[in-house]
Amino acid sequence: MNFETTIGLEVHVELKTNSKIFSPSPVQFGVAPNENTNVIDWGYPGVLPTTNKGVVEAGMKAALALHAEIEPNPHFDRKNYFYPDNPKAYQITQSETPMAHDGWVEIEVDGNKKKIGISEMHIEEDAGKNSHETGYSLVDLNRQGTPLVEIVSKPDIASPDEAYAYLEELRQQIQFTGVSDVKMEEGSMRVDVNISVRPIGQAAYGTKTELKNLNSFNYVRKGLAYEEKRQQEVLMSGGVIRQETRRFDEKSGKTILMRVKEGADDYRYFPEPDLPALTISDDWINQIKSELPEEPKARRDRYVNELGITDYDAMVITQTKEMADFYDAMIELKADPKLAANYLQGDVNAYLNDNQVDLQDTKITPAHLASMVNLISDETISSKMAKKVFKAITKGNDPEQFVKDNGMVQLSDPAQLQPIVDEILAANPQSIEDFHNGKDRAIGFLVGQIMKQTHGKANPTVVNKLLITSMNK
Amino acid sequence: MSEKISAEDVKHVASLAKLSVSDEQLPYFTEQLGQIIGLFETLGEVNTDGVKPTVSVTDQLNVMRDDIADNWQERDELLANAPETMDGYIKVPTIIDESEDN
Amino acid sequence: MNYLNESLNSIHDKLVNKELSATELTKATLANIKVVDKDINSFITVTEEEALASAKAIDEKGIDAENLLSGMPIALKDNLVTKGVNTTAASKMLADFKPIYSATAVEKLAAVDTVMVGKTNMDEFAMGGSTENSAFKITKNPWDTDRVPGGSSGGSAAAVASGQVLAALGSDTGGSIRQPASFNGIVGMKPTYGRVSRWGLIAFGSSFDQIGPMTRNVADNATVLNAIAGHDDHDLTSSNQAVPDFAANLNNGVAGLTIGLPSEYLGDGVDAKVKEIILAAAETYKQLGAKIVDISLPNTKYGVAAYYILTSSEASSNLQRFDGIRYGYRSPEAKNLEDLYVMSRTEGFGDEVKRRIMLGTYSLSAGFYDAYFKKAAQVRTLMNNDYTEAFKQVDVILTPAAPTPAYKIGAEVNDPMTMYMNDALTVPLNMSGLPGLSMPAGFSDGLPVGMQLIGRPYDEATIYQTANAFEQATDFHKQLPTLGGQN
Repeated sequence: MNFETTIGLEVHVELKTNSKIFSPSPVQFGVAPNENTNVIDWGYPGVLPTTNKGVVEAGMKAALALHAEIEPNPHFDRKNYFYPDNPKAYQITQSETPMAHDGWVEIEVDGNKKKIGISEMHIEEDAGKNSHETGYSLVDLNRQGTPLVEIVSKPDIASPDEAYAYLEELRQQIQFTGVSDVKMEEGSMRVDVNISVRPIGQAAYGTKTELKNLNSFNYVRKGLAYEEKRQQEVLMSGGVIRQETRRFDEKSGKTILMRVKEGADDYRYFPEPDLPALTISDDWINQIKSELPEEPKARRDRYVNELGITDYDAMVITQTKEMADFYDAMIELKADPKLAANYLQGDVNAYLNDNQVDLQDTKITPAHLASMVNLISDETISSKMAKKVFKAITKGNDPEQFVKDNGMVQLSDPAQLQPIVDEILAANPQSIEDFHNGKDRAIGFLVGQIMKQTHGKANPTVVNKLLITSMNK
Repeated sequence: MSEKISAEDVKHVASLAKLSVSDEQLPYFTEQLGQIIGLFETLGEVNTDGVKPTVSVTDQLNVMRDDIADNWQERDELLANAPETMDGYIKVPTIIDESEDN
Repeated sequence: MNYLNESLNSIHDKLVNKELSATELTKATLANIKVVDKDINSFITVTEEEALASAKAIDEKGIDAENLLSGMPIALKDNLVTKGVNTTAASKMLADFKPIYSATAVEKLAAVDTVMVGKTNMDEFAMGGSTENSAFKITKNPWDTDRVPGGSSGGSAAAVASGQVLAALGSDTGGSIRQPASFNGIVGMKPTYGRVSRWGLIAFGSSFDQIGPMTRNVADNATVLNAIAGHDDHDLTSSNQAVPDFAANLNNGVAGLTIGLPSEYLGDGVDAKVKEIILAAAETYKQLGAKIVDISLPNTKYGVAAYYILTSSEASSNLQRFDGIRYGYRSPEAKNLEDLYVMSRTEGFGDEVKRRIMLGTYSLSAGFYDAYFKKAAQVRTLMNNDYTEAFKQVDVILTPAAPTPAYKIGAEVNDPMTMYMNDALTVPLNMSGLPGLSMPAGFSDGLPVGMQLIGRPYDEATIYQTANAFEQATDFHKQLPTLGGQN
């Protein structure tokens, strides 16, 4: 039996605003429990929510990045359920009129391009956090009211690899708008997935299972792959898939049954009476549109087609808006596009990984890196010297000044180098003979000697040329 | 009248609302709620085809707050009002994790 | 100090002429409350210390001769949160609850130097029409202590009617200011939805609730409303409409005004004597130069059903926050989380609140939303349309405020269906957010009967103008209850 797979993803993205969606408390993490909370966040008797305009605009940006249609008259709804991290026992969300609908992103898997539809996108408030101790639980409401967008995919995703590509694309699109860090490892992106399989040709979708505890894109892919296979095996052996929630176990790579769903939850949604409806005019949308940067895909195309860098380099540079902006700034400063790309995807990326920091949080500046690249291009420094210069750049030093202070200027003037070449040749007659006998190694040895003599400052290309000319005399 | 809602329905609705109705009170609530739901059903007489629901009568539209953070510094007073706290947290009996908080 | 024969003006004069200091006035007020309230039970909390402290501060600052409210004792319904002062909403759930902030209306009254003397009794969470649903005490009607003061702002109404204060704030979701004003022979205004900020009003039906003044006369009422009205950044549903001087047109009379008499408000279910009083009031207006026209508000009869669906739905959600976790009552018996929720709520709420929560939960639950909540919200639209039509030809609508005068304590409390039907005359205008005032219009067997004046949105001024014309032409408001201590 052959199967086809249908995957649905619900992605929650935390918006990076100053204040919460319905209260002015700061959105900020790593502070003492309940530090950033007020009577609104605690759901005190008599309090009322106030809509944060910054969240609405961030939501519009996300919607535009996902090519979705923005709802002109959205309102908020209440979703009712009791839980200790949900202080009002209702979450203010958008159910009847989500902020945007019918968007898409384009993914590429094994060279095949495919559009994945987004059925809806809405803004809502996050809950607080419960932590579980032995014999009791603790509630911290700092996260309560943090703005979220929830993005719901259409049933277009047909494989775990497509799910992975979709998430990566979604992450990038949102990241470029600047409304969120979109980092799963920090919780600013959270993914709920459901998956069903059905024999090819069957019209109705199979029964879905939901997967929890998927804390990275890789785990999403692994969990889905496991679940896809498990469901196929159950069906092939004549079994039935139950509507259930399963937990992905990172150690074993398996999904484990958590609970079987009995009927739908009854959230008793109704329109939030405390918040007036919104009207989103075309003018407002256009204004927000004008604030959006160039999309990652457009940038990749521009880099490859106009600047001549490789697809791979372009892909790495457009991982974050900050790096792409950084690259653009370097190009603006006349840095060689290929060399600049090399350094960004190479040394810079390695530095970021080693130190687990974001580019914008380092001391590396486009001006410094461009200046270093230019020093390499005009042969002032060698790529070897550049290693030291790069280290200096990460400490905030100006490369030109650093090169000057450390006498690191490369010797490229033949008039200066010729006496050294002559001296080394005079001291190594054996090498000259080896050279004439066709032993190429001899050149390498002689270059090394000259580099030693010049403390690495000699320009190897120039030295090479001078050596060959001198020995052929 | 009480066939409008059964005792089972009343129990179900109570459980959704995190209330418990004692066996003693069940017939009484069932009877009263049944009567009132009977009253609710008189709305069935009204033709509301194509009528837009009114869910608010405020004259305000599109009013929002600017995104400016302001900590009201209420933490200590809030915690002081909570029935049970620990180390700045609100303390509650063990939550059986249903992974709502992922 | 007993206020039965006083007004803001008369007391203000004494303060300005230094016949009385704010402290002396407050002391006298507190002393009178001690005597009178033994029989009336209008207060849940008397805030003696806080009152004396604010009076002292006002004396130090000096009475503002331009501000009628300067130094004036007032009472607040106990669903208005007051920082540091117990706020119970008459519920066991909040029996020991001390809010850490104050309602905007409370702060505005403090800002004009009024002196809060206490928090008044009410139906639990404002659900009820007799104040018998209080978890703490039964308030008596000053005109006949065997009778209810109405509700849910029964404590505020009785406190004013018995002369304990000149003014009190109530809240009105479906008549909770106007009906007790009617039962107590005082003036009660439910302003336009959005006129007064709801920040700090413990929510019942969020799209219906409004705070309003309860006073002994019309002019005082307008003065208090001016003090609490206006947009508030804390309440996005509060209106940006300019707040006029509500007392400006008070003496303009009613010549040239058209007053509508809706047949639906004078039909079956309305006591014959009450009907007679309203028709007599219409006659008075005619003599005062107003034009009286018969009008029809055809969807009125669906008001009660639609109102109870919508307010119960909103209430079921609003009251979910009372879960025993962050504040308020937590059942001491609860061993696990589910018990904590269920036991705290089951022990903390009274029966009427539970009924409303269950009705609302039912109306919103899967499979019923369209037939109940949505249907009621559509009927609400039709009712709004009725009013819009009516106000094309009239300036004010005149109706009874309640189908009967005050009834006996215990007579209806166990019959929710009858209780709900009693709201038929007051709930419709909350559906549309319209302003409405109740004021003394006559007596039935010694019990006050109120009439209701309904105005266009944000046109409280015309209501006050209309009301004042009647007050000036009649002396119903001058009649006093035999109880209340000192008259």
